[in-house]
Amino acid sequence: MPAIENEIRILSPTGVCGSGFIESSFEKALSQKPDFIGCDAGSTDPGPSYLGSGKTAFPKDAIRRDLKLMLLGARRLGIPLLIGSAGTAGADVQLDFFYALVKEIAATEKLKFKLALIHSEQKKPYLTQKLREGRIKPLHPAPEFNQATIDRSEHIVGMMGAEPFMRALEAGAEVIVAGRASDTAIFAAMPVMRGFPEGIAWHAAKILECGAAAVVNRKTPDCMFAWVRKDHFVVEAPDAQLTCTPQSIASHSLYENADPFKLIECSGTLDLTNSRYEAISSTAVKVSSSEFLPAQRYTVKLEGAEKVGYQSILIGSVRDPFIIRQIDDWTARLSEKIRARVQMVFGDRLAAGDYLFHIRIYGKNGTMGPLEPVKEIRSHELCLVFEVTAPTQEIASTIAGITRHQALHLPIPEWSGLITALACPYNHLDRGAVYRFNVNHVVEPDDPCEMFPMDLIAVDGTTHRKLAA
Amino acid sequence: MTALAELSRLIRSKNAGPFELTFDIMFDDAATYERVKRSGAVSREAVAARYGVAVEDVKFFFCDHAYAIKASIPRPYFQGDPRDSDGHGGQQYAPLMDIEIP
Repeated sequence: MPAIENEIRILSPTGVCGSGFIESSFEKALSQKPDFIGCDAGSTDPGPSYLGSGKTAFPKDAIRRDLKLMLLGARRLGIPLLIGSAGTAGADVQLDFFYALVKEIAATEKLKFKLALIHSEQKKPYLTQKLREGRIKPLHPAPEFNQATIDRSEHIVGMMGAEPFMRALEAGAEVIVAGRASDTAIFAAMPVMRGFPEGIAWHAAKILECGAAAVVNRKTPDCMFAWVRKDHFVVEAPDAQLTCTPQSIASHSLYENADPFKLIECSGTLDLTNSRYEAISSTAVKVSSSEFLPAQRYTVKLEGAEKVGYQSILIGSVRDPFIIRQIDDWTARLSEKIRARVQMVFGDRLAAGDYLFHIRIYGKNGTMGPLEPVKEIRSHELCLVFEVTAPTQEIASTIAGITRHQALHLPIPEWSGLITALACPYNHLDRGAVYRFNVNHVVEPDDPCEMFPMDLIAVDGTTHRKLAA
Repeated sequence: MTALAELSRLIRSKNAGPFELTFDIMFDDAATYERVKRSGAVSREAVAARYGVAVEDVKFFFCDHAYAIKASIPRPYFQGDPRDSDGHGGQQYAPLMDIEIP
């Protein structure tokens, strides 16, 4: 694709920093002279435990490998590197983790650049104030959100839009590491800032944020490249073996979205109803006519996680057809027995409402739960997962131990005498703390950047000097 | 009559954020897509019936450019909640596979 004036060329090395990309694709993409490199580094997809615990979903070594190549590539070309949702969920502890990796790579590779760290973790007093002002609004479906939710949360982050990235670029940042960010905002910020039509910019961003996911024949996570122009964008994967078709690019807006035509961002809605997709070669697709409808009110989505408790699980299976045919009754009787035994062991120290006891039945509806339309059991064996969630690990572990013993010997009417009803491959397992998402709401801030403070840092090898933002 | 799974390139389910599940039914070509679309067998009502949810809770779309049909429903339990069984929502599509297409 020859470079033309009035275009922005964008390289997305991969869908998530830490999932990898092919170095030869990355080098080919760099030779196409991108104006910036963007990369998403997180998601809610791995579940609430990452926001709750502050750990990262991808291993440190895998993140370091991708980050190092991106930093080296960006510095070699002298172009900005924009990273969003650092450390999976974008909590401060995860931003710190990511900054430590940047420091380490800058030191070993003797890199010099201006770094912007953009925070997304929300201070509890700020949320309390917004709650009182009635400026936290539920999306659908949403759990209850009140002061108690704020108090219980381990971390609450705001999902930033494009504006905090623009502010960092305007401040001359060459590397931007942002907390939780809209995946698309990472890629839309520069084109929108430079006056490209928002419909084109945001749609290109939507394709880019997943790396090469929108190709026909995805082999492995890899790079994607886009040329954003005044009335269209062109998208093509740097690896010549990967093919984009109008169908594959149009299909990408389906992925992980509830609505394939309207994608809601902080500042408005990307509307793909009238988008046009044309093949311009056997591997590249041109997209035009996408629209962006500015929102009446700027909103920032919140994500929060709270600790449910500590969990222990026991895995066992049943092969006896007498037990299988009465499994619902069997588990109901077992649950009763366990309740009674827990009461006997803990007395007043633990109320029945203080712990959760749940049995998953694989072979019946373990995968789909209440959505399972098949009601009769067709399997000759069932796998049972007993799950105890309690205020401490010790209590959870104790109840799991009680569960094992009660389940092993629960009588059934068909047999007389002591039976052993459960095959257990392992002792029970202590899983540690478990978390849940507790927010599906938006904040209405006064300013798009007020929730996202920025640190500017002059990095030069091992030295880091804080600059006035 | 042909089962939907035999006509589709891919039927998949996935989280659409932690609070919703989404289903994509994708076809190789326009002709197959049009056949299924025109049959009326894949509809908001059909999805509601397969999953036992209210019709008004189903978001439903025909995506002509993508040769795809899409539906989204609220999750029975939010992603990662104590009773949730499928953190990524990836194994919830099976009830769509045997919808009969004339």
